Formats: sequence, C-alpha cells, structure tokens
Amino acid sequence: MLKTIIPFGPQHPVLLEPLHLKLTVEDEIITDAFPALGFIHRGLEMLVNTHDFHQMIQVVERVCGICSMMHAMCYCQGLEDMMGIAVPPRAKFLRIIWSELHRLHSHLLWLGLFADSFGFESLFMQFWKIREKVLDLNEATSGNRIIVAVNAIGGVRGDLSVEQLNWILAELTWVEKEIARLESTLLSDYSVKKRTVGRGVLTTEKAFELGAVGPTARGSGLAQDMRMLGYSGIDRLDFEPVVETDGDCYARSKVRFRELHQSIDLIRQAIAKIPAGEIRTRVRGRPEGEICARIEQPRGELFYYLKANRTKNLERMRIRTPTFANIPALLSMLPGMWLSDVPVVVLSIDPCISCTER
Amino acid sequence: MFKMTPQVLQNLFSPKATRRYPRVARTPYEGVRGALRNDIENCSLCSVCALKCPSQCITVDKKTATWRYDPFACVFCGICVNACTEKCLHQERAYHHPVTRREPILLKGTLKKTPHEKA
Repeated sequence: MLKTIIPFGPQHPVLLEPLHLKLTVEDEIITDAFPALGFIHRGLEMLVNTHDFHQMIQVVERVCGICSMMHAMCYCQGLEDMMGIAVPPRAKFLRIIWSELHRLHSHLLWLGLFADSFGFESLFMQFWKIREKVLDLNEATSGNRIIVAVNAIGGVRGDLSVEQLNWILAELTWVEKEIARLESTLLSDYSVKKRTVGRGVLTTEKAFELGAVGPTARGSGLAQDMRMLGYSGIDRLDFEPVVETDGDCYARSKVRFRELHQSIDLIRQAIAKIPAGEIRTRVRGRPEGEICARIEQPRGELFYYLKANRTKNLERMRIRTPTFANIPALLSMLPGMWLSDVPVVVLSIDPCISCTER
Repeated sequence: MFKMTPQVLQNLFSPKATRRYPRVARTPYEGVRGALRNDIENCSLCSVCALKCPSQCITVDKKTATWRYDPFACVFCGICVNACTEKCLHQERAYHHPVTRREPILLKGTLKKTPHEKA
C-alpha cells in the first residue's frame, strides 16, 4: 500500500491550538506521526529582562489562558522558597481555593471540547453551561473571569469574606448536581463509548518511559500527581490521586470527570479548614540563587526554573508545561488509529500549545 | 443508548440558560475589575502607577502635568489601584465600552508641591 502524508493542523476545525502533525497514512490507518511546533512563539521567557520580578507575575499568568492562576502560583512559590518568605496559612488556603476553581473550569472546558471532537455538540453546550457558573465564581471572588491576578509574592492580593465562602459552597452544590446529571451521558452513552473506548491506548510502561504527566499518566495507571507533594497546604487536606488503568481516551476522560468531584471536595475541605489571619507577607530584598518549582496544573506537572542574581530582574526563567511532556506520549498513541480518530486522540491529552511555545 | 434524551427533554421544558444580551444584562458583581478611572483633581502625578504597571499602559509626564492611560494595553490587574498613594485611581464595575478608534485617555492634572518646595 502506498504511503501518504497528510498534514493535520496548525489550523484545523477541531483543534483550536496550532499543533501541526505530519501523519503518515496507509489506507486510512496511521502508521507514523511527526509533530512541528513553533507557530506562536511569543518570547515570554525573555521578558524577565524588561520586567521586574514582581511584574513578571502578570506576564507568567498570560503563558496559558486557561490555567493562568497555576502559572502565577508556581512562579510565586518558587520565588518565595528562594527568598525564604513564609506565606501566611490563610493565603495558602485561598490559593488552593482559586487553583481548584481553575482546575474545575479547565476540566469542564476540556470535557466540552472533547465532546465536540466526536461531534456531540449538545453535550459540549451542557458542560460549558456549568463552566459559566465557575467563571462567575472567579469573577465575583477575584474580579476577573479567567486571568484572576490574585497571586503576589508572599501571599495573595485579596481576601474572601465568610459570605463569599458560603456563596462558593452553595454554587458548588449546584455545579456538583449538574455534573452528576451528565455522568451517565459521558461515561455510559453508546456513541461516546464507541468513539473513545480502546482509542489511543497508552500502556503504563509506555506512559512512564515517555514521561507522560497529569491526567494522561493517571489515565494509564500511573499515580503521579504533584499535589502529592503537599504544596500550599494541600498536605493538610485529604487527597488521593484519581487513577484509571485502561490508558485509552475513555480512561482519560473518566480521570478528568472524577477530578471535577475531587476539586469540589478539595475546595470544600479548604473552606472548612481555612484559618483566619494575614493574607500577605511583606517582601523585602531581592532574590538570589536558583530554584525549581513544581505544581499540578489541570494538564499535569508544571515546572519552573528560576535563576536570580540580586537584581530587580531575574537572570533566567524556564518553563516546562505539561503539554510538552505529553507530546511524545501522544505520538506513541497515534499509530494504528483510524484517521477519523485523530482529533479525539489528540484532544485526549488536552493539548495547550500556546503554553508549550510561550 | 439514549442517555442524553432525559437531558434534552428537561432542557426543552426548563427556562433558558442564556439571556438576551445586550437587551438583558446581568448586574456586575461587587469588586469586578472593570474600566480604570482616575480622579485627576486628587492625583498628585507621583507616577507610582506607571512604575508598577506590568503592561506599561500608564505614562505620567510631570513637565506637562499629564496622566496618559491606554485602555487597550491595560490588562485590568488592578495593581495600580492598590499602589495608588492618593487613592484617586479606581476601577468601575462595568467593563470598558467598545469604541471605533483606539485612543488613549489623556488627563491634565496639577502638580502638587512637595513639602520641600513649599518651604
């Protein structure tokens, strides 16, 4: 059979992110995939030369449009560890609340887009209807819908009153009820299972070898979650990573769906245990040294390398986003798939190419 | 099979989830970071806002006593509002309205004399 090379992306109706894949096809079956990146490089890491280390918080928030809060949180945690700043416990819990709200809206966005990838538009709209409520929570508690700008080095910029915390709890009850209504559709509908079960299989060994992170690794049976490190006071909450063992698109969507409930549970625990007190420590001096910071983003492990030399600008900043770690895993999932399954398999790793290229 | 059907039927007989914007608009939440305003009569043109701004959308010219703000470069983070020494900067609850031309906001203030100059 003659081999044909089909370009997939960077502009594609299903894939909103500019990822280019060269797919080698033999009679509708994929035999090889080769990625090409670099379409939207923005040079955000170089901005450390022009922005001081406080202003960089607003820059790193714009690395990703979906999990902006986690980027700022990771950057702040890195600098706080470097400068030896003790973050007040209340600020840590507020960070957990906002970061889990971000994970909620990111997973709801993904579940909607995933449903859209196999043509289930009404399910997509249902998930995005729920997501809108989470965005309202963000807007009312922080001031902005997505790029919440709540992080500062040494703590957070805004506090939440008791009424706001109770309101979050009340709205989360609604969100949980709505998610539960969609569970049977996403996890046991015939047409959904037909398109996802057994597609894009990644075995546990392969996931480990290729360094997969986040729900992609957890869907393949690797219990790897950066929240197990207990950063930002998560060690004071009950937390168990969500793991599925099948390693296919269905398992990955199941992991994300179960993580919605986990995030809601973490927010409830954080609100129940939130201590009173200060929300921000005063920062004195300038950072010096180098440090690596890690955090669990909705897509997986986010990694920051920071190097400072006691000036107002950092010397070097390096970001490794989870999608970058998941692309090798994606390439090993594709061979043997039908061409029509490519959008579903590509979306199952939740690609965020804007993050990856920065 | 037909797991979505109960959902579809429920949606058919339930009120709309969307609203007919712009005819029906939701009241903005308390504390939303909307359009930035400067009460220029209280502003001392100290230029702390311009220094702190991460997107360099504010410039203060002390020679001409002007405060210049580009709403299209602004990222609405509210850092200038927190940093303002005179508490003359504030953010409205509504967002910046759409315009046909991208023009910066230029405000003419008065330079307040420092205690050193007054003496």
